[in-house]
Amino acid sequence: MTNHWVDIKNANVIIVMGGNAAEAHPCGFKWVTEAKAHNHATFVVVDPRFTRSAAVADLYVPLRTGTDIAFLGGVINYLLSRDKLQHEYVKAYTNAPFIVKEGYEFNDGLFSGYDEAARTYDKSTWAYEAGPDGYARLDVTMQHPRCVLQLLKKHYSRYTPEAVSNICGTPGDTFLKVCELIATTSVPDRTLTFLYAVGWTQHSVGSQMIRTAAMVQLLLGNVGMAGGGVNALRGHSNIQGLTDLGLMSNLLPGYLTLPGEKETDYRKYIGARAFKPLRPGQMDYWQNYEKFHVSLMKSWFGNAATKDNNWCFDWLPKLDKIYDVLQAFELMHQGKLNGYFCQGFNPLASIPNKAKLTAALSRLKYLVVIDPLDTETSCFWENHGKYNDVDPARIQTEVIRMPSTCFAEENGSLTNSGRWLQWHYRGAPPPGDAKPDAEIIAGIFLKLRDMYRKEGGAFPDPILSLTWDYDIPHSPAPEELAKEYNGKALADLADPKDPAKAVLRKGQQLDGFIQLRADGSTSCGCWIFSGAWTEKGNMMARRDNSDPSGLGNTLGWAFAWPANRRILYNRASCDPSGKPWDPNRRLVYWDGSKWTGFDVPDFKPDSAPSEGMGPFIMQPEGVGRLFALDKMAEGPFPEHYEPFETPIGTNPLHPKVINNPAARVFRDDMKDFGKSRDFPYAATSYRVTEHFHFWTKHTRISSILQPEQYVEIGEDLAKEKGIKAGDRVKVRSKRGFIEAVAVVTKRIRPLQVNGETVHHVGIPIHWGFKGIARNGYLANTLTPFVGDANTQTPEFKSFLVNIEKA
Amino acid sequence: MALQSLDITRRSATTTPSPSQRKTQEVVKLIDVSKCIGCKACQAACMEWNDTRDKIGTNHGVLDNPMDLTANSWTVMRYSEVETGRGLEWLIRKDGCMHCADPGCLKACPAPGAIVQYSNGIVDFQEENCIGCGYCITGCPFNIPRLSGKDGKVYKCTLCSDRVAVGLEPACAKTCPTGAIVFGTKDDMIHHAEGRVADLKSRGFAEAGIYDPLGVGGTHVMYVLQHADKPGIYHGLPKDPSVSAMVTLWKGAVKPIASFALAAGVFGAFFHYVTKGPNEVSEEIEKEFKDEK
Amino acid sequence: MKNDPKKLLRFTPMERANHWLTAIIFFLAALSGLSFFHPFFFPLTQLFGGGVWTRILHPFFGVAMLLSFGGMFFRFKQQNVITPADREWLRHVREMAGGDDRNMPEAGKFNGGQKLLFWLFAACMALLILSGIVIWRAYFSFLFPVEAVRVASVVHAAAAAVMIALIIFHIYAAIWTRESIDAMLYGRVRRAWARQHHPAWFRQMTGGEK
Repeated sequence: MTNHWVDIKNANVIIVMGGNAAEAHPCGFKWVTEAKAHNHATFVVVDPRFTRSAAVADLYVPLRTGTDIAFLGGVINYLLSRDKLQHEYVKAYTNAPFIVKEGYEFNDGLFSGYDEAARTYDKSTWAYEAGPDGYARLDVTMQHPRCVLQLLKKHYSRYTPEAVSNICGTPGDTFLKVCELIATTSVPDRTLTFLYAVGWTQHSVGSQMIRTAAMVQLLLGNVGMAGGGVNALRGHSNIQGLTDLGLMSNLLPGYLTLPGEKETDYRKYIGARAFKPLRPGQMDYWQNYEKFHVSLMKSWFGNAATKDNNWCFDWLPKLDKIYDVLQAFELMHQGKLNGYFCQGFNPLASIPNKAKLTAALSRLKYLVVIDPLDTETSCFWENHGKYNDVDPARIQTEVIRMPSTCFAEENGSLTNSGRWLQWHYRGAPPPGDAKPDAEIIAGIFLKLRDMYRKEGGAFPDPILSLTWDYDIPHSPAPEELAKEYNGKALADLADPKDPAKAVLRKGQQLDGFIQLRADGSTSCGCWIFSGAWTEKGNMMARRDNSDPSGLGNTLGWAFAWPANRRILYNRASCDPSGKPWDPNRRLVYWDGSKWTGFDVPDFKPDSAPSEGMGPFIMQPEGVGRLFALDKMAEGPFPEHYEPFETPIGTNPLHPKVINNPAARVFRDDMKDFGKSRDFPYAATSYRVTEHFHFWTKHTRISSILQPEQYVEIGEDLAKEKGIKAGDRVKVRSKRGFIEAVAVVTKRIRPLQVNGETVHHVGIPIHWGFKGIARNGYLANTLTPFVGDANTQTPEFKSFLVNIEKA
Repeated sequence: MALQSLDITRRSATTTPSPSQRKTQEVVKLIDVSKCIGCKACQAACMEWNDTRDKIGTNHGVLDNPMDLTANSWTVMRYSEVETGRGLEWLIRKDGCMHCADPGCLKACPAPGAIVQYSNGIVDFQEENCIGCGYCITGCPFNIPRLSGKDGKVYKCTLCSDRVAVGLEPACAKTCPTGAIVFGTKDDMIHHAEGRVADLKSRGFAEAGIYDPLGVGGTHVMYVLQHADKPGIYHGLPKDPSVSAMVTLWKGAVKPIASFALAAGVFGAFFHYVTKGPNEVSEEIEKEFKDEK
Repeated sequence: MKNDPKKLLRFTPMERANHWLTAIIFFLAALSGLSFFHPFFFPLTQLFGGGVWTRILHPFFGVAMLLSFGGMFFRFKQQNVITPADREWLRHVREMAGGDDRNMPEAGKFNGGQKLLFWLFAACMALLILSGIVIWRAYFSFLFPVEAVRVASVVHAAAAAVMIALIIFHIYAAIWTRESIDAMLYGRVRRAWARQHHPAWFRQMTGGEK
């Protein structure tokens, strides 16, 4: 979230799209009801299904699954063509006036630079035009034909209300009603918030869906505002923390990135990440990249990391490609990956195309599962009748299960969607032999290190030199790990303003990442978490909920990264002169000598408004990007591409380019995509509120509340197929089938799309062949093995099925 | 189940006053249907707090589960897909005991002290006094009490009388994530509900209102409804519930009168005997049949 | 001698046994039922092992009553067919209660009052059994809509009250009419008694003697 849960209450318009907050985030959803009750907010839900969120919405808007970019592109077109922008904001805080390089083009569904064979783009034209001073050129009148605003207008002029209605199936008048409502927040004293979740991320164009929402918010001047922003509601209780600590295979903690295989030179590695400012006077915060990186390496390798060995840069793996989970299972399937550690993860249930996964796991030499539960993955080799029909005799994979604790059985911090690190305490001792994950991993590490010490082996250095100074080496305490990611001074740190004075003595905990140095005198395990455990103690355990502004910015409650900042880009809540756009939403302001207020300013604290520094300090140009330059795989402007399995078989905008041209598709998976003539119905998978992923089918109360697998279909489709509520039905995709009870509902209605009637089939995911709820089929038997072009998050939300009475 | 013993305003099958020296404030659980997202957290909290567990059931083609109130499930969510002037609405009502001011169950109950009403308005079953006749089920206008197959006692929502007695709110209200369930004094809750109704009216629900039916003397569980004119669309919430005339007839004044009538009959017979004497064989006939004696 | 063969046989041993079995069951059913009738009677549950046992047993008493009374019903049904003479008898019942039997038509084995009582018993029993099934919560109530259960509850209570009143009357009539109880206890009645109270029956039994 750019903002945070409590801040939702400040919104005037709330749009839940690409998510179902009431269903999946019922606790955080209270802030939506707060906004409605106390801020008279209007609440809109845009979804293929009339969800539990829609049940309490002022307006429910149907759309076909996977068409969110078309919808939001239409909103952009509406805002631009009716001139419903926050003009001053757009001009000063976005790259709308920036001039794009000549050569940039968009024709027939493809941007300039496409390489069809490699399914990638040469992005060199997706850039600003540089002026003679080396900086990006801009036209403050925003009339230049190649300025971002004009290109934006041109790009989205195709997204007329009729086109939107034709692609999305949303009735035209309903779409316009949403547009009008959204447009009301273009004034400085009204804000809109977008709440989304995996309903956006889990598409082959998921990242671009989110970006489109961000662009809408930039045009409306809602980013950085209380009650505004683009807000990802995270799924697992600590998936935010996991992402922050380097969840993805190409990331290091704190969103630092691993070098690619061609990046063997340390200086070039740093140079490519510490971007040069694209406009004069910009903060361009990533210029500090090396401080974060060196401190991370000092944290990992201690004295072994020196300036002379480039802080052990050579020890870092160099990526030839991204090793996301789809890639890993593809390699496993090809027999190129033979051992797999599966920690707090149930891929057999959670990853698409169960048949492929089972085949892949069966080719492993060994599989290690670290989990509190008896997961399907750890039992993939067991025969469970029709639910897991495998022959154990033919599977040679050795499976090792290590029971771990669950979150309530250990101390630690959970990072919520609002980036708050909240410390929690153990509620109960773990059962049996279950051990904390850290202890299990420590045990494996110590054993390995011992083997390397005794037996040598190839490249032992990173293992032997890894810092491991925990009080109990085989059981690192959560408190020790927390202090480690906060970071500490490795030498006395001199005050930059008065070198005679030390701000910190050697060994002291850092106050924040502002103290990080690139000279090896600081260590920090995750720079964005720095400040979480200072000399004052555990900041994550703070529980002061005083709220002086009334906006819900409780700076004394826990710790929010970065720097205890609650609302990102909050400098943008003020006009260029430093005065809040809306006096009732005073987050920060310029008091004549410094930035101050009710939040930690996301800005250089002493940079006067007259200096002209932009509010988006992480960007080299200091402004928000309507044009994404080369940051996205499939283009600088989001474009509507159909899901890989599309019910209409074409893309009404450009029939030659139907799906995301930059999405990675493994060769063998292409043939596993279904066509609408065999699988005519648009399916979407989702969670229901009674359950949490594949965990709570192991708990009695959740299993009582929703005991048995079901699928949801509309009354029209049910009638067509002769299916009655409560019948057992078989749902089939190109990749397999499941059987479940049919829930026949008015809440899923057929949509008119491109001259056809599209029915949706809703597929909740929570059942499997383990646990105490009634056994069911893993829903991901059905889903396709393709992911978002940027994140490789699988396309769980849009695929094709057929359905019949079982 | 109860922790209260000095603030009992009514007690089933009891004709003398109950301990009522202590007076507590009238409480209400207000369920704002317009805020309810149907997450079933209240169902979970109810099971957790009361330590009751139904069997793991099956899906019946709807999201409701368990499908009905049981001796273990004292509250269930009722989902109704309804077409109104606003288009499709998904009305989700938390069903459970309404804690009537004039409780039909208590009226019907023949077992002394099996059902009590506290001065705070909570109607509470005291299962140790329950004889399992099910008359409360017959008496309830909302179809709430459920007979346990395990112990032959009836169970229903206690409004967490054990929690309320020590100053806590009911478990469902405590857990409700959206604030759709709130708990407080009746005055406060009506005030709160009026604010909610005003908000709903401003959003186009012209018939929004409070459900506090007078036919049962008002209730201590109240609803805020978007369509208060049509409670029936909320999964059959009765429009104008009252204790059935049959129950009033059955449990009203007729029975004591009938009891007196029977007693009067016995007395009448006795006095008939002493005034008119026995009906004996006449002397003439006795003479005729002298030989018999 | 109680069983003097000169006396007239009014009730066979099986008839007497059936009657008294029914009487006992009636008392069990009535006392257990009364305990739910009004709080005043609730202490009667102590006779049956407490409230729960009373609730469990009462319907089974009803079932027993159905069988036992049913036996009586079929045994005596023919003898209780109401004749014009019985109607005439009933028209003069007030005089009878006042102790004046001069205008009473001759009664057969059973007089009009007894016959009417018989049919009222049967009617009450039918209502009690039918309504009793509907309100038998443990096994049957869930089969019926709640409004039916409510009506049945009223019917059951009302029929029970009437039944009890009838039984009180029945008992009193037996006490009032001396030697009637002996008839049911020992089976035989004096000819004088028969001549007095049931002259037509007397003639039938004695072949017109005197």
